[in-house]
Amino acid sequence: MKVLVPVKRVVDANVKVRVKADNTNVDTANLKMALNPFCEIAVEEAVRLKEAGSATEVVVVSIGAKAVQEQLRTSMALGADRAIHVQTDEELVPLSIAKILKAVQEKEQADLVIFGKQSIDGDNNQTGQMLAALTQMPQATFASELKLSAEGAEVTREVDGGLQTLKMPLPAVVTADLRLNEPRYASLPNIMKAKRKPLETLSIDDLGVSLKAHQNIVKVTPPAERQAGIMVSSVAELVEKLKNEAKVI
Amino acid sequence: MAILVLAEHDNASLKLDTAKVVSAAVAIGGDVHVLVAGSDCAAAVSAAQALTGVSKVLVADATAYQAQMAENLSALVLNLAGDYEYIVAAASSVGKDTLPRVAALLDVAQISEVIEVVSADTFVRPIYAGSALATVQSLDDKKVLTVRTSAFDAAGNEGSAEAVAVDFVAEAKTEFVSQTLTESERPELGSAGVIVSGGRGMGSGENFAILEALADKMTAAVGASRAAVDAGFVPNDLQVGQTGKIVAPDLYIAVGISGAIQHLAGMKDSKVIVAINKDPEAPIFQVADYGLEADLFDAIPELTNLL
Repeated sequence: MKVLVPVKRVVDANVKVRVKADNTNVDTANLKMALNPFCEIAVEEAVRLKEAGSATEVVVVSIGAKAVQEQLRTSMALGADRAIHVQTDEELVPLSIAKILKAVQEKEQADLVIFGKQSIDGDNNQTGQMLAALTQMPQATFASELKLSAEGAEVTREVDGGLQTLKMPLPAVVTADLRLNEPRYASLPNIMKAKRKPLETLSIDDLGVSLKAHQNIVKVTPPAERQAGIMVSSVAELVEKLKNEAKVI
Repeated sequence: MAILVLAEHDNASLKLDTAKVVSAAVAIGGDVHVLVAGSDCAAAVSAAQALTGVSKVLVADATAYQAQMAENLSALVLNLAGDYEYIVAAASSVGKDTLPRVAALLDVAQISEVIEVVSADTFVRPIYAGSALATVQSLDDKKVLTVRTSAFDAAGNEGSAEAVAVDFVAEAKTEFVSQTLTESERPELGSAGVIVSGGRGMGSGENFAILEALADKMTAAVGASRAAVDAGFVPNDLQVGQTGKIVAPDLYIAVGISGAIQHLAGMKDSKVIVAINKDPEAPIFQVADYGLEADLFDAIPELTNLL
């Protein structure tokens, strides 16, 4: 069974981004970049499936400028077998990404596609669901547990208010939530080995995908700053302030 | 311009989120219809009919929709989509699961977690865990939106919309197996006026009892940071943050929470924020309106007593 894992290069989760002075976008120049944390969990799950003998091959794919190859190498150091880089310098909406991934899936015919549930830059939470729609696959989003059997996948999902378990035939799309697993660290020997694993570069034209414009970013602004607060010295003072100043209790 | 709102409900009752999404739909402007898809959902339907601003309630009542799975729910919405220029849902687990599927089937982009309607085609949404706000203009003929409900007030209950049955039943390859919901008598996190939240500083799950006592005194909901959830102190549906629930209560009390970016993303739009922490350098104090540097094991029981 083949597993396809789409991964994204994003600004490191611990870095606080700033909006550019001209309000066109956030300033990502010279910031530390990393594999999106949810994608890391997706790669880990795929590698665990391979280690458990349920998966035979783990293929990672990323769409973007040449720099995304760094995150593809990271994914291979974590245990993915090979990588596909779809080269483009444009910023694409999730629907366009899903269309490109559909073409990659048609080429690869993976039995399971594991995504992260959202990227921490766009916070869209769309791409996995959109690929499932375009390929008419069933989907299990926000997965916290994944079990494979001959009949297909049984997935426990994190939903508002608790957990829900669904069963579906393969091929299927699963998106990983935080609690699916604890991703491993890449060891130095594995980082060295990953440099020799195959990495194929394709263009959007090679895949025969045509994309269209869906939206304009009018502006990007910083959120309203909160007024600086005050420190109180005792619980009694806190209660007094909440009652008489803030009037919330 | 007709707007289709996907109702948020659990079959037995309509959730407050629906009333908030209806407010967002009214802000867009147009004829607002609500789709209630579920099984034995008559009570949710009559609550939807009463929402101010709603002119019609579409009812798809079939066992196939009992679990509101994305696969058949999206097929149902697609079947109705021809009559609508907007399809809107809450950014809840059902909305986030289903709407991107609808958008892709319609070949339009989705705009997620809208916090402000600027005009009929332009919306504001947070990106980078709320560190920036993007104003986005949609170029698509149909607009598919999810709404961050904490950013909108709930619509009133003065309406009397007609209910119309929808016969379309979509089959799914996905099969519902089971559901375990966390039982709670406290208000729901998403709609609570006051939230008392605990972090790693709580030390253990048992210690959450002192927060629960405070919450009960204030009729508040209990929340948690990711650290508290990962440590197994409380179940994960209590998590507030970028990957958990996004809340904006009148009063948010953060106890033993350092205030990482991912947590702030879920609560920094609260009206008043109180931080109780023994570390004076904790970043939470930078967003708190009132900060108290104290040991929570002394401060929380004292606070409970004083209220």
